[in-house]
Amino acid sequence: MATKAFQKIYTQLEAITKATVTLRAQGVSNDELAVVDGRLAQVVKTKGDLVTLQVFAGTEGIPTNAEVTFVGAPPTLKVSDELAGRFFDAYGKPLDGGPEVEGKEVQIGGPSVNPYKRRQPSQIIPTGIAGIDLNNTLVSGQKIPFFADPDQPYNNVMAQVALRADVDKIILGGMGLPNDEYLYFKQQFEAAGALEKIICFVNTTDQPPVERLLVPDMALTAAEYFAVEKNEKVLVLLTDMTLYADALSIVSNRMDQIPSKDSMPGSLYSDLAKIYEKAVQLPDGGSITIIAVTTLNDGDITHAVPDNTGYITEGQLYLRADADSGKVIIDPFRSLSRLKQLVQGKQTRKDHSQVMNASVRLYSDAQNAKTKLENGFDLSDYDLRCLDYAKAYATRILAIDVNLSLDEMLDTAWELFGTYFTKAETGIKQEFIDRYWKN
Amino acid sequence: MKTTGKVTGIVSNLVTVEIDGPVSQNELCYITVGDTRLMAEVIKVNGRNAAVQVFESTRGLKNGNAVEFEDKMLEATLGPGLLSSSYDGLQNDLTTMTGVFLKRGEYTDPLNHEKLWDFTPIAKPGDKVVAADWLGEVKEGWLPHKIMVPFAFQGEYTVKSVAEAGRYNIDKTIAVLTDAEGEDVEVNMYQKWPVKVAIKGYKEKPRPSKIMETGVRAIDTLNPIAEGGTGFIPGPFGCGKTVLQHAIAKQGDADVIVMAACGERANEVVEIFAEFPELIDPHTGRHLMERTTIICNTSNMPVAAREASVYTAMTICEYYRAMGLKVLLLADSTSRWAQALREMSNRMEELPGQDAFPVDLSAIIASFYARAGMVILNNGQTGAVTFIGTVSPAGGNLKEPVTESTKKAARCFYALEQNRADKKRYPAVNPIDSYSKYLEYPEIREYLDETIRPGWVEMVEKTKNIIRKGKDANDQINILGDDGVPMSYHELFWKSELVDFVILQQDAFDSIDALCPIERQKYMLEKVLGICDMEFSFEDYEQCRNFFKELINVLRQMNYSEFQGEKFNNYEQQLNNLLSNGN
Repeated sequence: MATKAFQKIYTQLEAITKATVTLRAQGVSNDELAVVDGRLAQVVKTKGDLVTLQVFAGTEGIPTNAEVTFVGAPPTLKVSDELAGRFFDAYGKPLDGGPEVEGKEVQIGGPSVNPYKRRQPSQIIPTGIAGIDLNNTLVSGQKIPFFADPDQPYNNVMAQVALRADVDKIILGGMGLPNDEYLYFKQQFEAAGALEKIICFVNTTDQPPVERLLVPDMALTAAEYFAVEKNEKVLVLLTDMTLYADALSIVSNRMDQIPSKDSMPGSLYSDLAKIYEKAVQLPDGGSITIIAVTTLNDGDITHAVPDNTGYITEGQLYLRADADSGKVIIDPFRSLSRLKQLVQGKQTRKDHSQVMNASVRLYSDAQNAKTKLENGFDLSDYDLRCLDYAKAYATRILAIDVNLSLDEMLDTAWELFGTYFTKAETGIKQEFIDRYWKN
Repeated sequence: MKTTGKVTGIVSNLVTVEIDGPVSQNELCYITVGDTRLMAEVIKVNGRNAAVQVFESTRGLKNGNAVEFEDKMLEATLGPGLLSSSYDGLQNDLTTMTGVFLKRGEYTDPLNHEKLWDFTPIAKPGDKVVAADWLGEVKEGWLPHKIMVPFAFQGEYTVKSVAEAGRYNIDKTIAVLTDAEGEDVEVNMYQKWPVKVAIKGYKEKPRPSKIMETGVRAIDTLNPIAEGGTGFIPGPFGCGKTVLQHAIAKQGDADVIVMAACGERANEVVEIFAEFPELIDPHTGRHLMERTTIICNTSNMPVAAREASVYTAMTICEYYRAMGLKVLLLADSTSRWAQALREMSNRMEELPGQDAFPVDLSAIIASFYARAGMVILNNGQTGAVTFIGTVSPAGGNLKEPVTESTKKAARCFYALEQNRADKKRYPAVNPIDSYSKYLEYPEIREYLDETIRPGWVEMVEKTKNIIRKGKDANDQINILGDDGVPMSYHELFWKSELVDFVILQQDAFDSIDALCPIERQKYMLEKVLGICDMEFSFEDYEQCRNFFKELINVLRQMNYSEFQGEKFNNYEQQLNNLLSNGN
C-alpha cells in the first residue's frame, strides 16, 4: 500500500471526532481504504464532496492539516497456503517477524454463499469434551458461541476445543484480547505442535478498539480460502464478540447515529449475522465452523449483544463451575446445539440421544434433591442415589479436562446408570437397555 | 425519456441521487458501478435529491456514478412455474444462479420461458371480462393454475379470441382482448405487479367464516386460526418458533404455501430445501415442494431486500388467491423486516420512535396484515390468504414496538414462553396468554359447532378454564406446601397437567403425533374433558399424583399411536381400566 507518485494528497480536514475524520475529496468510492497521517482509515460516508473516514487506530494527535491519501480499494488480504502457521495483526500484517504473505489479493467481507448452494451440515466435529460431544454435539458448518461471564475460563476452554477438534485449519480472530491471553493461545498452539494448522488475526487490548472491526472479516476471508479453494474443514474461533460490538457502537456513536437497545447501533443484528452466517457446509466438502465467545454482564442474556447473537447462532454453550466436583463444566441445562439431531444416532451410536436425555434428566433430579436438602427436607433413597450419580457424572464425564471419545462417554454413562439406578429409572428404550446395560 | 441522475452521497446502502427529471416514490432505479448495475428503490425525495435504498452491497460506489430510473416500482413476475421455486427477496431464481457465492448485480428470471404448459381455454370470444377474470388454465403440477386478465387492466374488455387447447410456453399469446375504445391487447401467460400494492380484482372481502386446520392441537383446538385469517407467533430464541412454523407449513390445510425466510438463519432454509422435496403433503399425498414457494432473504443477504421479500411473498399469495385457491403465507421473522426499516430510517436521520424504530412502524405492519383475508371473486368463487408471521422480541420482552404493533394488527396471538420451553413442554405456546379473536365470531362458532360437534366452543372455553384453575391451585400449593392445601387443589392441578400433557404438548418430530387431524383432536379433547368431569377421592396427594401420572402416560401413548389402530385401542382399554379402578 505504498503511496503512488500520481496519488492526490489532501491536507485539509474539515472535522475530527475520536473515531472519524471528515474532509473534502473527489472520486472516492464507498468502503475504500485511505491513509490519514500514516494511519489506515476507511470511507464510511460521502455527502457531496465531504468524505467521512473511520480511522482504525483512533484519531489522537491527528492535526487538521494531516496528509490524507486514498488507496483506491477496500481492505484486502493476500490468501495462499503461506497463511498457515502465521500470526497477524488486524490489518493482516505479520506479527511474528516473518515475511509478508504472497498470494491472491481478495477483498475482505466478500459476498454471501447462495443459500440454495449450501449443504445441510451432517458431519460431527468431535472435541473430546462431553458437554459438547455428548450433550451439545458440534456439527461442521455450525456457528455457536460460549455465553460466559468475564471471570470464566472461556479462552482456555476454547483453546482446548480447538486443539482437540478434528479439523484441517484453526483460525483465531482475537478482538480486544488481553496480551496475556494472546500469549496463552500462542503457547498452547505451540505446545500442541499444531502451529502448521493455526492462523491468528489478533487485536489486543493495548491496540485501538476500532481496529477490531477488521478482525472477523480477515479471519473469515482466510477461512473461505481454505474451505472453498482447498475443500478443507476450517474452525474459526472469535473472541470476544462483545468487544467487537462495543467497537461498532463507538463508530456509530461518532457518526451521530441514533442508538437502539443498550446503546448498540440499530444494525447490530445484521452486522453480527454477516459474520456468523459465514459458517457454511459447502457442496464440495469444505466447511467453516465458528465458535465464538460472547461475554455477559453478570449472566444477563437479555442484553442486546447476547440477545441478537442467540437469534443468529445455532445454539449456545454456558460455562459453569460445578460445586460437587470442583471442575468447570458446560452447563447441561441451558446449553443447546440446534444442529445436534443432524448427527446424533446418524454419525454416532444409536443410543446417543437416549443416553444424553436420560443422563441430563437424572442430573436434573439431583439438582432437585439438592434443593430439598438445602430446604431441610428429608431425602429419599432415590434422592441420595441421584446426588452420588451427579458427582460421578460431573467428575468422570462432564468436566472440561476429561478427554474421551464419544463411545467412551456413552459407555461411562451406562456404567453410572448401572451403578446408581434401576433400568426403569433411566427410562431408556428397552432395545438399548438390552444391549448396553452394565451391572 | 427516462429520468437519470448521479450519485451525490453514500452511507452504507442509503444513496443520495441528484435527479434531472420526475421520479416517483418507490420507483426502481439502477446504479452503474463498473460493469454491474445495482437495483435500488426511491424512498424519499427532497427537491432534486432522491434518497434510494440499494438492494446490494454499495462497496466501490462513487459519487458521480450514473443512475437510471425505470418509471416503475419493484414488481413480482406472476405466472405458471412459481410453485416449487426458490427465490431471493427480489424474486431472482436462486437455483439458476451460477457459482457458490451470490454475485452482486446478478438478476435471474423468476419464470422459465422454455417450459411448455398444457393450456385449456375458459373464456370464449364475445365474453365481457375485467381484471382478474379467468381466461384459461394450465396444470401446474396437480393445481389448476388460472391465466387471468392482467390485474393492471382497467375497465371492461371483450374477448376477441382465445388460444386453442395445446402446449405453450408462457410467452405465447393466449388471448386477444378488445378494450372500450376498440383497441386490441394481447395477453400471454404471465404478468407483472408492483409488490407494495395489494392485488384487488375481487368482488368483496367478507369476514372469514371457516377454520384453517394446522394439525397442531395448541392452535386448532385452543385458539384456531380462520381461513383467510391472521396470526403471529412471538417468542424468545430457543422457544421453537421455527419448528412450529415448519410444522404448520408441512401440515397446514392449504393449496399453496409461501414461506418467506426473512432475515433468519440460512441453515434453516437449507433444512427446507433438504426436507420438503422428501416430505408428503398429508392432504393430497403429493410432495410438499409441489405446493410450496420459498422466498429467502437470509440474515446475511442485503438488508434492504428483506422488506422486499415479505411483499414479494404476499403478492404471490394474492395471485394464487385470485385463482380461487387457499393460500398460506408464513413469514419468519417480521422483526427482521422491522429492523431493516429501522436501519434505513436511522440512516435518513429521521426522528425515531420507540427503540429507534420508525414512527410509522405500526401503520406499515397493519397495512401488511390487512392484505391477508378471504375474498369472493368476480365469478362467485372464494379464495383466501392466511398469514402467520413470527416475531423475535428483543430480550424476549413482549413489551417492544414490533410485538405491540403486530398485536394490534393480527387476530390470533400464539405466545411462545421461555418457561415452557425450558421445561421442554413443546410447542411452548402459552395456553392462557394466547388468544384467537375468531372464537368470538358468531359465524366461526357456528361453523365449529356444525363441523366438529355441537357445543365445541363451550368445550374449548371449559378447557382453558381448567388450565387457569390448575395454575391458581399450583400457586397455592407452592405457597402453602403439599400438605397445606385441601386435596381438591391437587386434583385441580393434576387435571390441568392432564390437559397440558395430552392436548397442549405435541411432538413435532414424531411421525404420528406431529399431525393431529381435527377429528382426532375432538376425540382426545372429549376423552380428557370426560376425565376432568369425574370426581375422585384420593387418600393423599401422592396417590393423586401417581394416578394422574399413569393416566397421562397412557394418553400420551395414545397420541403416539395410529388413530383407532390396534395399539391405540389397547391403550384406550388400559385407560378405561385405570379409570374404573380409580373410581
